[in-house]
Amino acid sequence: MSTPTNVRLTGLHTRYQFTETVRIPIAVIGTTLFPSLSLLFFVVPQPFAQDPGAATAATAQLAVFAVMSVCLFTYGVGVAEDRALPWDGYTRTLPVGPLPRLTGRLLNGLAFAVLGLVPLVLISWLLTEATLPPSRLALTAGALIAAGVPLFALGISIGYSLSTKAALAVAQSLLLPLAFGGGLFMPPETFPAWLDAISTWLPTRAGRDLVVAATTGADLPGTALLMLGGWTVLTGSLAVWAYRRDEGRRYQ
Amino acid sequence: MKILARTVAATRRYGPVIALDGVSLDVPAGQLLGLLGPNGAGKTTLLQLLAGLRRPTSGTVELFGGDPRDASHRRRLGCTPQETGLPATLRVHEIVEFVAGHFDDPVPTAELLEQFGLTGLGRRQSGGLSGGQKRRLAVAVAFVGRPDLVLLDEPTTGLDVEARHALWAAVRSYHQGGGTVVLTSHYLEEVEALAERVVVIDQGRVRADGTLAEVRSLVPARRVRLCAPDLPALAGVERIGREGDLYELWTADSDALVRELVATGIPFRDLEVATTSLEEAFLALTSPSDPAMAPTGEVAGVMAR
Repeated sequence: MSTPTNVRLTGLHTRYQFTETVRIPIAVIGTTLFPSLSLLFFVVPQPFAQDPGAATAATAQLAVFAVMSVCLFTYGVGVAEDRALPWDGYTRTLPVGPLPRLTGRLLNGLAFAVLGLVPLVLISWLLTEATLPPSRLALTAGALIAAGVPLFALGISIGYSLSTKAALAVAQSLLLPLAFGGGLFMPPETFPAWLDAISTWLPTRAGRDLVVAATTGADLPGTALLMLGGWTVLTGSLAVWAYRRDEGRRYQ
Repeated sequence: MKILARTVAATRRYGPVIALDGVSLDVPAGQLLGLLGPNGAGKTTLLQLLAGLRRPTSGTVELFGGDPRDASHRRRLGCTPQETGLPATLRVHEIVEFVAGHFDDPVPTAELLEQFGLTGLGRRQSGGLSGGQKRRLAVAVAFVGRPDLVLLDEPTTGLDVEARHALWAAVRSYHQGGGTVVLTSHYLEEVEALAERVVVIDQGRVRADGTLAEVRSLVPARRVRLCAPDLPALAGVERIGREGDLYELWTADSDALVRELVATGIPFRDLEVATTSLEEAFLALTSPSDPAMAPTGEVAGVMAR
C-alpha cells in the first residue's frame, strides 16, 4: 500500500464525519427542517404563493436561509463542539494536513444543506406556484454555492475561534439579523429605505439577490457581486487566521 | 545514536503562565523514556509540542528531523487521545479503521484488538465500552500505524491492576521490537516498571534526567521513620524531616543509623526502615508541599541539565 494521498484522506474524513453526525440524527433534523417549516407556515397560506415570481423568490430566499443555518450551526457550533473533545486534538496528531479535514467538513455541510433543500423544494413545488425551468437549475446551484461560501467561512471562523457556548450564542445572534436584514424572510422590496440601505451591505442580501436572480431571472443589483466578493475575502481571511491559531480548546 | 524527537530550549507560555521553561530534551531511537512530574508540571504541554498540537512560544521542536506541525513528519508517530475521548457513536472497528486509514501499512484491526484484549468488541459503539476498555482502545490506536515513536500520556489512568500489567506487556513488547516510547504517568510504579530513562519535570523545567538508578540515587538509599522526642545530631543522616514527634531520616546506611540510635538510649518507638523508591526521589526533586520535608538544594541540582 502506498502513502495515503490527500484524496483518500479526504474520503476517509468525509465518511467518518458523516457517520458520526447521522448517528445523532436530531442534530441534523433541527437545522434542516426549519426552512421547510417557515415555507409551509409563512409562504404557502399567503396569496402571493399563487404568483409564480413571488413564490419562486420566497423559496429562493429560504433556500439561502437553509444554507446559512447549516453554515452557522454545522460549522460554527459543530466545529467548536468538536474542538472541545479530546478526540479532535488526537486527530490533529495523525499524519493528515488541514486540507482533507476541512474538505471533509465542507462536503458534509454540503450534504446536509442538500438534505435541508429537498423538503423545501418539494413543498414549494407541490403547494405553491413557484417554478424553476431546468435550464436555470445549474445556475441556481452555482448561485447557492456562491452565496454559501462567505457564510461557510463565517461558520468556520466562529467554530475555530470561540468556545462551544460562545459559538452557539454568536451563531444564534447572527442568524436572525442576517436573515431578516438580508431579506431572507421578507422580500427587500417591502423594506423602508433605511433598512434597504443597511441590507445592501450584508452578505445574506447579496447572496439572496444572486439566488433570486438565478431562479427568476430578476435583475441582479450591481452591488451584489461586489459585496459577495468582499465578504468572501473578509470571512475567508478570518477563517484561515482562526484555523491557524487554533490549538484545540484549553481550559484555564 | 539517531534522535527521533528533540526540543531545544523550548518555552511555552499560556498568557502569563509559563508551562514549559527552556526545556531541551533528546529522544534517541529505541529508548523507553518516562516523564515524571506533578500535575501542571508541563508534561502534557511537552508531549503536545512533540506531537505538533501546540507551537512553542520560543525555542524549537523537531520530530523525525522536521517540524511536527507538518503532517508529513507525523507519519511514524503514534499518539493516544487524552482521557477517554473517543467518539461515542462510532464502533470500535470504525475507530481503529479510521486511524489505520492514515498509514501506509497499518496493523490489521483484528490483530490489534487481540493484542489489547478487545477481541469481540469490534461491533460495539465506543460509548458502550467500560472505562478500562475505552482506555485500552485509546492506547491501542497509538500502535495502529506501526510507529517508530509512541507518545503515551497517562496510558493506564483508571485501569485495574490486571489491565495495567497487560498494557505494560504490550508497551514492553513494542519496545523490544525496537520501538521508542515517551510516557507520562501518575504512577511512579509504572515508570519504575517500564522506563530506562527518567526525566523529572517540575514547574516547566527539567529537574533530573538519567537512568532509573541514577535518578533513584539522588536521594539516600534508605528511609528510617520513627517516633521520638528531640533527636540529637546523628552521623550518616543526609536529610531529615519532622512532623511533631514523627521523624523521617534518609541515610545510605540504615543499619549503622539504627545501632547509633539504640546507643543513644533515646526512647524511640514505631521504627520503620524502607528502601527509598523512585517516589521518594521524585518527591525530593519536585516542589514540596511541606517545607519541613524540603530537600537540600544540592540534591535537586545534581542531575539537572
